[in-house]
Order: sequence, then C-alpha cells, then structure tokens
Amino acid sequence: MSKDLILLEHISKSYDGQMILDDLSLSIHENSFVTLLGPSGCGKTTTLRILGGFETPDSGKVVFDGKDITGLAPNKRQLNTVFQKYALFTHLDIAENIAFGLKIKNKSKSYIDDKIKYALKLVNLEGFEHRMPDSLSGGQQQRIAIARAIVNEPKVLLLDEPLGALDLKLRQDMQYELIRLKNELGITFLYVTHDQEEALTMSDHIVVMNQGYIQQEGSPEKIYNEPENAFVADFIGDSNIIPATMVRDELVEILGAKFACVDKDFGENKPVDVVIRPEDVELVSPEKGTLTGEVTHIIFKGVHYEMTVQAGGFEWLVHSTRMSAPGTKVGITVDPFNIQIMNRPASEDEEAISENA
Amino acid sequence: MLKSAKTSRLLASPYLAWAFIFILVPLGMILYYGLTDDAGAFTLQNITYIAKPAYFKSLLLALELGVISTVICFLLAYPLGMILAGMKLGRHEFILTLFILPMWMNFLLRTLTWMTLLERKGVLNDILGLLHLPPVYIINTPAAIVIGMVYNFLPFMILPIYNSLSKIDDNVINAARDLGADPLQTFLRVTLPLSVPGIISGITMVFIPALTTFAISAMLGGSKVLLIGNVIEQEFTVAYDWHLGSGMSIILMLFILINMVISSVSDRKEAG
Amino acid sequence: MKKTFEKIYLTLIFIFMYAPIAALIVLSFNASKSRAKWGGFTLEWYANLLSDSEVLDALINTLVIAFIATIFATLIGTVTCIAMMGLKRRSRAIIMGITNIPMINADIVTGISLMLLFRIMNVSTGFLTVVLAHITFNIPFVMLSVMPRMKELNPSVYEAALDLGATPYTAFTKTVLPDLLPAIISGALMAFTMSLDDFIITYFTKGSGFDTLSTLIYNEVKRGIQPEIYALSAIIFTVVLLLLLFINRVPHKLSIPHK
Repeated sequence: MSKDLILLEHISKSYDGQMILDDLSLSIHENSFVTLLGPSGCGKTTTLRILGGFETPDSGKVVFDGKDITGLAPNKRQLNTVFQKYALFTHLDIAENIAFGLKIKNKSKSYIDDKIKYALKLVNLEGFEHRMPDSLSGGQQQRIAIARAIVNEPKVLLLDEPLGALDLKLRQDMQYELIRLKNELGITFLYVTHDQEEALTMSDHIVVMNQGYIQQEGSPEKIYNEPENAFVADFIGDSNIIPATMVRDELVEILGAKFACVDKDFGENKPVDVVIRPEDVELVSPEKGTLTGEVTHIIFKGVHYEMTVQAGGFEWLVHSTRMSAPGTKVGITVDPFNIQIMNRPASEDEEAISENA
Repeated sequence: MLKSAKTSRLLASPYLAWAFIFILVPLGMILYYGLTDDAGAFTLQNITYIAKPAYFKSLLLALELGVISTVICFLLAYPLGMILAGMKLGRHEFILTLFILPMWMNFLLRTLTWMTLLERKGVLNDILGLLHLPPVYIINTPAAIVIGMVYNFLPFMILPIYNSLSKIDDNVINAARDLGADPLQTFLRVTLPLSVPGIISGITMVFIPALTTFAISAMLGGSKVLLIGNVIEQEFTVAYDWHLGSGMSIILMLFILINMVISSVSDRKEAG
Repeated sequence: MKKTFEKIYLTLIFIFMYAPIAALIVLSFNASKSRAKWGGFTLEWYANLLSDSEVLDALINTLVIAFIATIFATLIGTVTCIAMMGLKRRSRAIIMGITNIPMINADIVTGISLMLLFRIMNVSTGFLTVVLAHITFNIPFVMLSVMPRMKELNPSVYEAALDLGATPYTAFTKTVLPDLLPAIISGALMAFTMSLDDFIITYFTKGSGFDTLSTLIYNEVKRGIQPEIYALSAIIFTVVLLLLLFINRVPHKLSIPHK
C-alpha cells in the first residue's frame, strides 16, 4: 500500500464562535483520488483551505510528506489549488497565466515555453496561448486553471468544486477528463464537492463530511452500499430509511414483516434503522411479497420508472424498469444482501449530527 | 419596451434639442471665438499666444501642480483603498462614506478652510507657536495650492481605487500565493495590474479639475501664483478678450482630450 | 501588527480630512475676531448671519435654483432614458456621447461656453441663466443613474402587464416606473447636491448682482474672511452631513460626481 502523503491531525477551526471543523483527523494516500463530500457548510472547503495555507487551524497539525507545514505560507507549499470559479488572472493571457508560477520560480524561457505547450496539450487547448481568459467558455477556463496549477508539478492538486459552475453535460465530460489527467500525471488529487454523483464517479476514496465531522470514509462502493448512518445513506443517492427491529442474526423485522438479511452481531430484538436503495426494492405480485401495498404515484425517468408504494404504513421509493399503474396492488421483496442495517444513534448528540444536514 | 421608434424619437427630442442648444452650440462658440480674430477672420493667433512666457508659465505651473497633486493623491489613496477593501466593508460602507464625505461639502468652504489654517497668523502657526516651533509661511505659494488641491480632490481618487480593489476576487490573490508568489510579488503582479482601471479613472478625476482650477489658486495662491485657469478666468471677467480666452480654453480641452485618449488606450490594454 | 499600522493610517487620513473642518467650526464660536486667539464662546456670528439679507438671499437663490434644476433635469433625464430603449444602438451611443461631454469637460470650459451662449443670444444673465446652466450639467447625473437600471429591467414584466390587459400607460406606471424609482430618486438627489455645490459654472453664468452661496463666499473671501463665514460653513457642513445620512438610507450605488 502507498504511504500517507498528507496527515491532518486533530484540526479544529471556528469563525465568530461557530465551529466549522471539530477535531478532524484525516490521512491521504499518495497517488489517490480523494473526495471530500458534503453539503455546504460541512467544513470541506475549510479543510481544503487549511491544506492550501489560506486558513490557519485554531488547533491541530497539518503534516505533508513527513513535515509539519501548519504555519507555512501558501507560496512555500508543494501543492497547488484549482479554485472555485477558476480565479484566472484576467489581466494576463493564457500563456502568461500558465507561466505565472514558473516565472516566480525563475525558470528558463525555453523551459516555460515547453511547459505551456505540454500543459495546453494535456488539457486539449492547444493554440490558446494568446487568448484572454474572458474570451474562453467556463469549461475552457476550468481547463486553464488546471493547466496553470499542474505545470508547477505539485505533489497534490487541490480542487475546490471545480465543476460547480459548468452545465450538466460539460460537467460529465470534465469528470472523465479529470480521471484521465490524474492517471497521466500520477499525482494525488484532493477534490471537494457537494455532488455525490461526481464523488462516486471519480474517487478512489470518499470522505463524507457534515457539520465539521467526518461521517464515513471509504471506497465509493462501500459508501454507497454500506452507509454507516442515516446522514450518509440520505446524502448519497436516494434511499428508504426505515426504523426496524433486529430480531436475531440475519433476520430483521421491517414494518411488521420479517426480512432475511446478512448482518450479524446487532443483538436480539434491537431497534435499528435499515437502508434499502430504491433500485433494490423488487415489486412482485401481492401473494409473493413479504409486504403488500399499493402503488400511489409513478413518474417516468428515462432509464427507469420512479414509483411510490404505500406499504406497511411507510411510503417506499421504488425504481424499476417495469411500470405498475397507480392503484395496483403489489408485493415487496428485498434480496437479503441489499438490506443495510445501521445502528440507531445512541445519544441525542449523535442524532443531531446525523439529522441536521 | 417602446415598440414604436416614432414615440421614442418624440420622447428623446426635448433632450436632443436641449443638448444641442446648451452643450454643442456653446462648444462651437468656443471653437469659433478661439479660431477667429475681432474681425471674424480665421486665425491661430489665440492659440499660439500660449507660447508667450507669461501664458506658457501659467500652463506649465498648472501642469506641474496638477501632476504633483495627482501623485500625492494616488500615494495617499492607494494604501487607504487597500485597507478599506481588505476590511470587507460590505454592509458597513459608511466607513467608506466617512472618507469621501468631505467631497460633498461645498468646494469653496473646503478651500476656505485651508486659507484659515495656512495664513501667516493662521491656526497652523498658532499651533506651531504653542509647540515653540518656528512659523511656516505657506500661504500664497504653490505649496498651498497643492495642499488645497489634494484636500479637495483626494476623495475622487479614493473612490475608484477602492471600487476596483474591492472587486478583485480573494481567490485570485490566493491563486497567486498558491502558485508561489510572496506577498510583494502578488501585489506587483496581480493586485496592482488588476486595479489599473480604478487608478486611471482616479487620475483623470483628480488631474483634470486640478489642471483647470482657478478658485483654489485664487484663494490659496493669492495674486502671486497664476495658473492657466486664472488666466482664462481673467480674460473673460477682467480683460473681456473672448477670443484669447476661448483660444486658451481650446488648449485646456486638448489636454483633456489627450488624457481621455491615454486612459482609453490603457483601459483597452487592460481589457485585452 | 499589520492591523495597528492600518488603524494608524486610517486615523491619519481621517484627521487630515476632518481636522480643518473641526477648526472652522470651533472658529465659528470664537468671540475674538482674530483667528489667533480664543476670545470666549459666542453665537454672535450666527446671529449676524441670520440678519444678513445678502446671505439669506443667496441661500434662497441656491435652494430655489437647485430645486428647479433638479426637477427639470430629473424629468428630462428620465424621459430620455425611457426613449433610449426604443432607439437604435447607434443613436443611443451618440446621445450617451453627447451626455458625457459636460461630465468629462472641465467645468471652467462648460461655464465659459454657456456664458458665451447667453451673451451672444443677449439673454441677460442672472437667475434664469444659472437655472438653465444647472439643468444642463444635472441631466447627465440623472441619466447616468437611471440608465444602468433601465438596462437591467426585464421587458417581460411590461409585456406581461400588457398581456394581462393593462393599457400601455397603466403597464408603464405600474411596472416600469416603480422599478426605476430608486434610480430616479438617487439621480435627483445627486443632481440636487451637485447644484448646491456648484461654484465654477454658476460663477460664469450668473452675471453681476446675483449670487448663490458659493459665489457669495468667493466674493467675501476676496474681501477678507469675516467670522460670519465660519458660522455659515458650520451650518452648511451640518446640513450636508444630515442630507448625506438621508441619501445613504436610499438604496443606491455611490456614484462619482465629476467636479
């Protein structure tokens, strides 16, 4: 396994008495694509700014490549940032923008020229050297912002919601572009976004944050399939979060019906929450269902139908490629592997963390 | 919104008539008087008169004092603009208002204030006397005029510089630091160039009134220091030589034109 | 450390700007005619001022001129801005170009050119000519305040009103005018202030025997400063301060008068 390149140790930060980050610790592996994911105000951007050197934590340590850089000025750090809304220098042309960092470091002219060519090729904007930033589209400006950062050969590229200002189609294209860049450059990307789809598409490792705390971290698959609490389950994709009782190992009672599951060690007759993704709810004929109910709404979404089913006193969200008209009586079954059991929050404090999204 | 061009033209016509009579025709008259002699024949004599030592000296002095005042205003206003922009005033713009408020107080009273302060037996010398320091005699010298100009026109420099500085995105500054620039390099390569439009409009708004003033020089320079503005004023109110006065006005307008060309060129360069 | 330097700098500029005004106000209460000595507190100069008919006349002239010029400039300026929306881009550019002339030109040249006009047209200079001159230099302030707001207006709102059955007149007064009103008011206040403050253009267009406060002060100063002038300054400063506090409550962007 690759080594830890960045370590955040017990970072706390507050503004005007409001806690933004509370004792946050995080390690980032070399050459990984790590995403900080969470709603606005969760502290993800502050974390990134502390890494970039634009904020100083109230307490805690930032370790980069084995060295403590907590108090180091931004211009002395071996990492570069791609800012929200690009932050290009509007008084300089594209070549001068890209050359900015290299000129500061007094690199030779031929070296700088080569680097500009290389960077523009890398972001597919060859021949743009003498255009002004204002004459470029949002997507192009974004690529220039990336080119401007990577010519400095940083060990880590910090990206602060870089795709936020782009439209949907462009955003999807840029996601693939970023993965390609990451692979070609072989450096660490630390990416901040509130868009769960972006996070799932690009990352090796996702850190879900809320209210200054890390809620869960892990691979995209793990975060999606095995959310550890209601906040993560709710924030990542659609889900049915239902209060239930763990009867014994591998058996859970949901809304009065007993479902087989694969989880163990929760104890007997323990109150829990279950998470069932809408695409994992199978609609069958009423007599075959573990629970029975009635379809109340249906919307065609292109790839699938989105339905709501009233069953066992709960409104189930269901995604299916087969439609059932409103009013149809249906049965509900769920594959045991697709039932994710979560502990109920033990204390009120914990509950506040997960519910006040 | 107004679909009919006819209605639009009808509504615009009062102002067009007004602008023609009270803006264009009067300017035409200055050109006419400036370029003719008493008999109404075309001449450049009223313009070339500026080469005469007394006139040339007044123009040169006005340019000199105008430039000095503009430079002092810039040097005072830029740090102030940076401090105010850095304070992220937002809703607290009254702090900015505080610094440009004197601009709204009667121009003559502002100048009068400095007469009182700088007089031989004025307030400044009173204070110096109390401190057992030798008195200074500034009144009726070019220095007094410069002080008056700086005091009168400083707000005109502060406002545009503050506006252009406060518009710079924090992240652009952060980006420069992120790319390795130290604070001084960031200032020279990013902050300063991005504030050029504000600097230019500040310079224009200080330099033109400073160059063309006659009241400040009349009040603080006594009769000893004549600027081109005083010369023009006297041609119209004392000597009644409309031709010569208009000729000198044309020269002033040439300088205003030059200033406009320079500022629009540097503006365009900024915009790319 | 940096913060301390910043505070010191702000304070120094603040002192530079306000100390002279403070000195003037103190002198306005000084019983001694000599500026060098403090002769005790007095309101004598204020009393003299209020019984001085010359000053009172000038004050009334100033206010009446500013008032009339503001009303006309606001009307003409606003109507022109509305008309501009229906004109071709080129005509608009030409009108704005002409409008900018008094803003860019030196006041002394504007003043002289108007004086030439009035003399040649044989209009006797005085109240009327000053009003005409003030309207002329005030219109640009109104237009530069209203025009940006006009461009931001959403024409669909006006069209929606028509669509809902309003007459063009009702649609205009119910949708467009309320949107423009803050900009119109701020332009009018600007024009009013500019009128009150003007000296140079008034000086050249007023003729003899007619004065506004500005020209009166200029004459007085040339004769030697009397303590009454200090009292007048103190009053004007207080009024301007109050007026500005009022203007600041009306939402508008601080525009830059070119004086």
